[in-house]
Amino acid sequence: MSTAIAIAGVRKTYGRTIALHGIDLAIHQGEFFGLLGPNGAGKSTLINIIAGLVRMDAGSVSVMGYDTVRQFREARRRLGVVPQELVFDPFFTVRDMLRIQAGYYGCGREVWPWIDEMLERLDLAGKATSSMRALSGGMKRRVLIAQALVHRPPVVILDEPTAGVDVELRRTLWAFMTELHRQGTTVVLTTHYLEEAQELCGRIAILDHGALQVVETTAQLLARHPFRFLRLKLADGARLPEALQELVAAEVNGAIELKLETRRHSIASVFAALRDAGIAIEDVQTREPDLEDIFIDLTRDDRASQRSVA
Amino acid sequence: MSPDQIGFMTLLKKEVMRFWAVLGQTVTAPVITTLLYLLVFAQAMKDRASAYEGISYTEFLVPGLVMMAVIQNAFANTSSSLIQSKVMGNIVFLQMAPLGPLEWFGAYVLAALVRVALVAIAMLVVTLPFVPLPVEAPLVLLAVFLLAGAGLAVVGMIAGIIAEKFDHLAAFTNFFVMPLSFLSGVFYSVHALPPLWYHASHLNPFFYMIDAFRYGFFGHADVPIWQSLIWCAGFFLLSSAVCLWMLITGYKLQK
Repeated sequence: MSTAIAIAGVRKTYGRTIALHGIDLAIHQGEFFGLLGPNGAGKSTLINIIAGLVRMDAGSVSVMGYDTVRQFREARRRLGVVPQELVFDPFFTVRDMLRIQAGYYGCGREVWPWIDEMLERLDLAGKATSSMRALSGGMKRRVLIAQALVHRPPVVILDEPTAGVDVELRRTLWAFMTELHRQGTTVVLTTHYLEEAQELCGRIAILDHGALQVVETTAQLLARHPFRFLRLKLADGARLPEALQELVAAEVNGAIELKLETRRHSIASVFAALRDAGIAIEDVQTREPDLEDIFIDLTRDDRASQRSVA
Repeated sequence: MSPDQIGFMTLLKKEVMRFWAVLGQTVTAPVITTLLYLLVFAQAMKDRASAYEGISYTEFLVPGLVMMAVIQNAFANTSSSLIQSKVMGNIVFLQMAPLGPLEWFGAYVLAALVRVALVAIAMLVVTLPFVPLPVEAPLVLLAVFLLAGAGLAVVGMIAGIIAEKFDHLAAFTNFFVMPLSFLSGVFYSVHALPPLWYHASHLNPFFYMIDAFRYGFFGHADVPIWQSLIWCAGFFLLSSAVCLWMLITGYKLQK
């Protein structure tokens, strides 16, 4: 499989703070790849290094086989980045801004129909002649997305594109990105909405404290921890038997959530313990672990230092 | 055009569109300010003997004022564009684009030259009916305009790259550009100065720009024209070397 982004031994320090500890990562062409991690994990530093905004101390990065330092023109023409911050140029209209952005990448009038198509797809057509400064935050975010795609790059990085945006834009964006991905575009996504990553990404890397904790397919990641959750609402406010207390993971709205390891605890054994204690069950629900449970498990401070770097 | 050329032309066009969008501030305002200087000084000093024989004080004043406007506006154009982009954060669009240091350099400097050409032409056209000027050395006039305009545009880029907020840029303007441009012989001939200030003026690069610009109109000046041209060219080359080093190394632009 050809590599869209190859990251080898990338290190970065800010003063005494080590932002990236030597990252090795290959993102394949055609992937929808998730780069996850808590705030300060180093995600944006890594993305900014790929984009050319930050200079790495050691290592190398290539985009579609082109080194981002030595062959920066070729690499950048193949990359579109939606930055995390809501930045804009107040002097121009939306359409002018997109045409200017296309020009930076060596594209002329031939991309103007594509610009108009993106304006339609991102619900910006009505704002095409509006000044950038007159747009709402959500509209500015749409323009940023269009700017990243204006030169039709084969690789797109979205750095928290849905932070603070409404449901409608989220749906519009994901429908558009899913379609581009189907057409062959490699998409790299960072997000704090883990359900988005779980739904969209085929493979996920989790970065914490400047090091990769894990790089696996989403399915492997979800299967990584053999547990499930059992949520019980006990009749008459009864207390859980002592033997089950160690399994309690959370209490939500009067219901108790138990975390069951599939090899050690069966649901039947929990029901049997309740029956033996004479406790009636009012309601019961089961839930498979989702990405959020695994993310929390992998990025928990007290364990991070013990885990080997992937 | 190659993709690199399209990128360069786009950045140039964008920089021209940027100042064009606020033409009242970027061209009209400096023209009016400079004409006010002309009005006030020409009235106050009209009885003063001119530095050059056969040339009135008002005639002597106009080329200096035009060059002062070129100096100040060339600096303002590049420095304000860069600091605005940095403060607003939209400089990332350029940093992520496949544009090299030479495209950045060329586009910013040429856009500044377009702006100062508009300012200079507007000033000369407006003053022409009242103060007709000869043009004795048009090539010198053009060369000095280009070297001085480009030199100050480059210094503006350096200031814009170094500055992290508008205050820093104001310090560059107030403590570097304004004093040197006012103490450069715009309003007087340096021969009228006491010895200390006469010699100090010869260390001011803006003095040579104004003196050479006057030479272009009148055919004579305070110092030999070759000396002024060497200073202007040297100033441009030195500032360009510093600016290109900053752009190539990513100084203050790349973290």
